[in-house]
Amino acid sequence: MSVLVQFLVGLVFGLGLIIAGMSDPAKVLGFLDLGAIPLGTWDPSLIFVMAGGVGVTLLGYRLVLGRVRPLLAQRFALPTASRPDMRLVSGAALFGIGWGLAGFCPGPALVATLTGGPPALVFIAAMLVGMVLARRLATATAAMPAAPAHRN
Amino acid sequence: MIVTLFTPVASLAGGALIGLAAVLLMLFEGRIAGISGIVSRLLPPEGDGQTPGRLAFVMGLIVAPLAYAAVSGLWPVPQVAATMPILIVAGLLVGFGSVWGNGCTSGHGICGLSRLSPRSAVAVATFMTMAIATVFVARHVL
Repeated sequence: MSVLVQFLVGLVFGLGLIIAGMSDPAKVLGFLDLGAIPLGTWDPSLIFVMAGGVGVTLLGYRLVLGRVRPLLAQRFALPTASRPDMRLVSGAALFGIGWGLAGFCPGPALVATLTGGPPALVFIAAMLVGMVLARRLATATAAMPAAPAHRN
Repeated sequence: MIVTLFTPVASLAGGALIGLAAVLLMLFEGRIAGISGIVSRLLPPEGDGQTPGRLAFVMGLIVAPLAYAAVSGLWPVPQVAATMPILIVAGLLVGFGSVWGNGCTSGHGICGLSRLSPRSAVAVATFMTMAIATVFVARHVL
């Protein structure tokens, strides 16, 4: 049941990306290109994707998170960290540069697996390598002693 | 460079569907619909019993164009202008950066902002600024 639900949620998510135009890197780059505003070729569509996505999620989360527990799990698994740190900012900065270079972020890249041909597959392969590297580095960093001062 | 048309209605509707998916995942599984988090926890699989669900979610994303084509009769082909070397560098940066920064456009952009998370607000401001700056340099400076 849980596996079927998550398949359907992934499907709805992917359909949303396609209908919104987010699955097309040309459209994403057309939005990110603020230099095109004076030229009259800027495509502001992605503001509407964000408005639709955050609007529905903001309202939906209000209703859902008022429940005692989710329908198919014991508890809500929400991120506990609340303060921004250098790791968050540096990761987001690297992600932003990569997003601006090709116009793909992780969801649209996966949606392009069957439709994007070799360019999409090459991007996906590199993205998965990048994810593995980040997880390994995170594990290695977490295993290191926090600070020399605490080592007595 | 490819010029695309302004599609406010389709983009708002598609965005709402993305939001619906995020709300459904929270309602049924109690989880954030963050693509980079879901995918990276398969590399390698975390021993938390969630691997089949994560794989199913990713499969749903991958077959979405088939469902779209079945209903609309249109095959949604992404227009990729970047060269292979750029795609490799971009893929590495997107994969590494999204995991290192604990989220991408979905986890921080849709879910995090909807939870009014200060971390997500900072992450979104950072990656939007960097992406806009990157496109500006690539298209108007170089």
